[in-house]
Amino acid sequence: MSGQFSFGSLLRRPEAGAFIGLVAVLAFFVVFGGLSFLKTAGVASWLNVAANLGIVAIPIGLLMISGELDISIGAMVPAGSMTVAILSGYFGLPIAVGILAALGFGVLVGLLNGFIVVRTAVPSLIVTLGSLFAVQGLVLGLSVMLTNTTSIPLTSPAWAKAMFGTFIANQFQVIILWWLALTAVYVFVIHFKPVGNWIFAMGGDKVSARNAGIPTERLTIILFVLSATSASFVGVCQAILFNSAQVSSGMSFIFNAIISVVVGGVLLTGGFGSIIGIFFGTITFAIVNQGIYFTDFDRNWSSLIIGVMLLLAVLMNNTFRKMALSYSPKKK
Amino acid sequence: MSTPILELENVDKSFGPIHVLHNISLKVMPGEVLCLLGDNGAGKSTLIKTLAGVHKPTSGVVRFEGKPVVFDNPKQAQEIGIATVHQFGGTFPLMSIGRSFFVGVEPTKGWGPFKVIDRKKANAVAIKAIQDFGITRIDDGDRLIGGLSGGERQSLAIARAVHLGARVLILDEPTAALGVKQASHVLRIVLEAKKRGISVIFITHQVTHAMAVGDQYAVLIHGSVAANFYRGERTREEITDLMAGGEALAKLEAEVEN
Ligand SMILES: Nc1ncnc2c1ncn2[C@@H]1O[C@H](COP(=O)(O)OP(=O)(O)OP(=O)(O)O)[C@@H](O)[C@H]1O
Ligand SMILES: [Mg+2]
Repeated sequence: MSGQFSFGSLLRRPEAGAFIGLVAVLAFFVVFGGLSFLKTAGVASWLNVAANLGIVAIPIGLLMISGELDISIGAMVPAGSMTVAILSGYFGLPIAVGILAALGFGVLVGLLNGFIVVRTAVPSLIVTLGSLFAVQGLVLGLSVMLTNTTSIPLTSPAWAKAMFGTFIANQFQVIILWWLALTAVYVFVIHFKPVGNWIFAMGGDKVSARNAGIPTERLTIILFVLSATSASFVGVCQAILFNSAQVSSGMSFIFNAIISVVVGGVLLTGGFGSIIGIFFGTITFAIVNQGIYFTDFDRNWSSLIIGVMLLLAVLMNNTFRKMALSYSPKKK
Repeated sequence: MSTPILELENVDKSFGPIHVLHNISLKVMPGEVLCLLGDNGAGKSTLIKTLAGVHKPTSGVVRFEGKPVVFDNPKQAQEIGIATVHQFGGTFPLMSIGRSFFVGVEPTKGWGPFKVIDRKKANAVAIKAIQDFGITRIDDGDRLIGGLSGGERQSLAIARAVHLGARVLILDEPTAALGVKQASHVLRIVLEAKKRGISVIFITHQVTHAMAVGDQYAVLIHGSVAANFYRGERTREEITDLMAGGEALAKLEAEVEN
């Protein structure tokens, strides 16, 4: 067993590509935009984006590692915002009720997604495409029916503001702390506890995993619940932060989360990836997304950068996977 | 020792309209090696999957130590001591040797919610198990499975089942991907398991392997038990013939006669 540090063994880790991507992107924006996006205001701008995205990207990454996908998150973010705003803003129920209902709705949609995927052989992309539209329609329909509007103000008590929707030092959203804490919990559970091992096994070979005694169906359902509920949570935090909620789309979350996950080194074929990789991938995405404002380039160029970065990441992931597979022990 | 450890009584299995197993009745005594023989598609893998908790029999009874059992999932079969190495798979290409070896039964250290996988122990046990198999080339448990050869993976899967300390060990064509040295090692493991009182159900297409370790033989043809006999009751030629569905030799004889 080699406990020694070696550059080669670092390169074979799933997060290697994500880390290299992060450094490259940082270098790019320092060259073209100067150091200002590394100062407090700059850091806050991309950390805020990263935190909102990251809380959703990790469960999406876990689903991808296990061989599934969930795009209904695009509807679950606004669904979370609207649920808390309708219940606690429009109807004046206690904020805790609104928050719990929003999270409960996430659990419900997740259960539904999970059950349908497990019970039928329909690919999860199609199942969650269905729930994406269904949830979107439901939220729009209900909010018009109940409140006659699609934009609802919400005033939250101080404790809720402090916990879910305030700015620290006037510019850092409190959700950053949630993101960091959740990431730490995920790292511990996924990379150190048996259940994490099961998720990788499932993504590697679902039949063998089941034959080895892994409750694959239950795990799949749990992962879908996790992603829908996380999206709803982000929606709740946004509504509390901005004191209002709109039915507007959270569609960008779908692509942004998948990009973060892939740039983070998760293989599209499942069975390989890491939480830290997704974490770096999310930061990298957020830096490109926000860094463009600190350069003289037009904002539209950021899409080009993200696209190229995604392609590079996919190519790099394949190479790293080959390297990881071909690794043979050193001669002693 | 008159209770069979595993007994099937009139077991049928169909997948929708496809009837794969018909009226299978078999007994395995503790410490006995049952060789399951038969042509491709005869239903051998399906039969052992009903014993491993992968499929439930459509009708009929499976008894473990005399008591009827119904497994809802493979874990339940594993828990009462039936460890199975399936024909394909069993290992995870992108996982490390140590992690793959222990999928579902990870050794842990620590306490309560902070119980974590004991990676060192997992790696050490897995490496020892595979080295005991004569594959000494592998000495790093952090290495990924995908970098191993087919035979090395197969050996790892078998080593896992043996390590899980089963009462009944089911091996579905374990020697198929193996070299001569590893194959004879598998046969030795089967005999060693038998000596320890573990029963083995062994599927193979190689008569030599079957002859070497079998106490009891069951030949499946089109999903039914066509013959069930003990060591020494049939000649090598008769067994070869039965394994080919009884047709090959009959045809050969017919050709010779004409
Ligand atoms: N899940 C399933 N659904 C439908 N048919 C199946 C299923 N599993 C197996 N069969 C059919 O049952 C028959 C027996 O298959 P099985 O895998 O048990 O054969 P086998 O004896 O193990 O063959 P081999 O020697 O090639 O491994 C085959 O005709 C197969 O197509
Ligand atoms: Mg078979």
